[in-house]
Amino acid sequence: MSDTVENQGRRDFIVVATNTMLAVGAAAVIYPFVNQMNPAADTLALSSIEVDVSGIEEGQAITVKWRGKPVFIRHRTAKEIELAGQVNMDDLRDPQGDLDRVEKPELLVIQGICTHLGCVPLGQKIGEVKGDFNGWFCPCHGSHYDTSGRIRKGPAPTNLEVPPYTFLSDNVIKIG
Amino acid sequence: MSSPEFKNPVVKWIDHRLPVFSFMHHELHEYPTPRNLSYLWNLGSLAGLALVTMIVTGIILAMHYTPHVDHAFESVERIMRDVNHGWLIRYIHMNGASFFFIVVYIHIFRGLYYGSYKAPRELLWILGVLILLLMMATAFMGYVLPWGQMSFWGATVITNLFSAIPWIGDSIVVWLWGGFSVDNPTLSRFFALHYLMPFLIVGVVILHIIALHRFGSNNPLGIDVSGKQDTIPFHPYYTSKDLFGAMVFLTIFASAIFFYPNFLGHPDNYIPANPLQTPAHIVPEWYFLPFYAILRAIPDKLGGVLMMFGAIAVLFVLPWLDRSPVRSGRFRPLFKLFFWVLLADCVLLGYLGGKPAEGIYVTLSRLATAYYFIHFLVILPLLSVVEKTRPLPQSISTPVIGGGMVSAPAAKRGKADV
Repeated sequence: MSDTVENQGRRDFIVVATNTMLAVGAAAVIYPFVNQMNPAADTLALSSIEVDVSGIEEGQAITVKWRGKPVFIRHRTAKEIELAGQVNMDDLRDPQGDLDRVEKPELLVIQGICTHLGCVPLGQKIGEVKGDFNGWFCPCHGSHYDTSGRIRKGPAPTNLEVPPYTFLSDNVIKIG
Repeated sequence: MSSPEFKNPVVKWIDHRLPVFSFMHHELHEYPTPRNLSYLWNLGSLAGLALVTMIVTGIILAMHYTPHVDHAFESVERIMRDVNHGWLIRYIHMNGASFFFIVVYIHIFRGLYYGSYKAPRELLWILGVLILLLMMATAFMGYVLPWGQMSFWGATVITNLFSAIPWIGDSIVVWLWGGFSVDNPTLSRFFALHYLMPFLIVGVVILHIIALHRFGSNNPLGIDVSGKQDTIPFHPYYTSKDLFGAMVFLTIFASAIFFYPNFLGHPDNYIPANPLQTPAHIVPEWYFLPFYAILRAIPDKLGGVLMMFGAIAVLFVLPWLDRSPVRSGRFRPLFKLFFWVLLADCVLLGYLGGKPAEGIYVTLSRLATAYYFIHFLVILPLLSVVEKTRPLPQSISTPVIGGGMVSAPAAKRGKADV
């Protein structure tokens, strides 16, 4: 073997170049195999819904399914709105004003998924436990939410999420 | 077996307790391999690559596939249209089956030409034939899953083969179907078994490799390794050669996937299964065509089925049909000639299997079928006695370094001394 220093450098270059190309190739192969587990086109196509909210009377709430999960739509009473507006920000774990969480104060649209570990809180139906703050109560690990869906007591870290939605007309909202 | 010295202390610690690194070093690194292997010896590792590819893509497809008669076809279409890169993964799997068979068929004919089935590698060969059988069952059941017209009618025809068994045939077919025709129960069980069988293949492949490493690879000269001068370590020599072959294989494979993904398939399988109408011209996948030709060549139901399975069965006993002491076709002038005739015969059978069963095609199928069996049952045993073989080289390294040739009987005596 005539391994001069000069030769060695050229060999190293070939080895590094080959391994680099190998890594690029491997990544290109792995990508589709990983990406196939992401939501498919038909799943993504179902990612927004339209809801007619005109039928919800004051004090009533409905639950709709969006992306496979419940969305709570509540037509709040004047008292509930007042209660939500009075809260001192210092008392909140995840401070957020009530008006920042709604498009129209009487209509509260929130994701019905407890921010602790994903259970569906109680309080939608008449007669269900509403928790210490008259909003929602998660039976899994005891999180209490107020009439604005904000976390007040229990293990959940943040408020019930507000999904992206817009009013298409006075009566119809589009979620997603 | 020399124990390698590992520098990494973690590797050293583990290897002392669980000698996996020693094992890998022994079987994949220092493993002494004949120095004269040609590219035909790449096909084993390529088959392994194909098997792994099929299992990986298969598991992914199973994540998106629904094994139900009402949803199977649509779930495959969803894979093709909606699942991210689903088209790619399905095309890899679909063409992968064909390429797996291409590789394995070349691997088998390599073994036939160089006498790789002869002592002491009979069990290695038999395990290989077993793998072929398992592959055929797996491929057949996999072809049923998309629930297209060819899936349905292929399943119907192949399961009906078992009705040829006297007395109990019809009961067996009903048992296979789980009903009175190919229907949902059939599809569910085919899916379950199609998922299981590749792992059985992996098991037999492991046995195949254990048997291979007992005496090492055969080689183009077909003579035994006589010492260190005849071998080179597997790594880096054959790992790099296998890797190069794999790159060539993948290039061809990728060309098929990206440019001609449906070339080897049948368009009728993109029509949803219809139990009330058989396609006008029904053919199996190309890799079954030679066997299909044999099935149709025999004008008797049971006879056709027996001959078709017999075409594989004869391979199991091949080591005892060919008794010639010389392995490699290089030193067997007559055997070499008949080998090429056999290969042509198999290609012809494949061609005939794809043609309608009428007129000249039937006659040719019968002749080709007859020749297939005559080759194994008459010609090979006869050649073992009458053929005058060419002198064998003294050792693998002799033709390289230079030296004399010895006659075949002498080579045999030499082998007995080892």
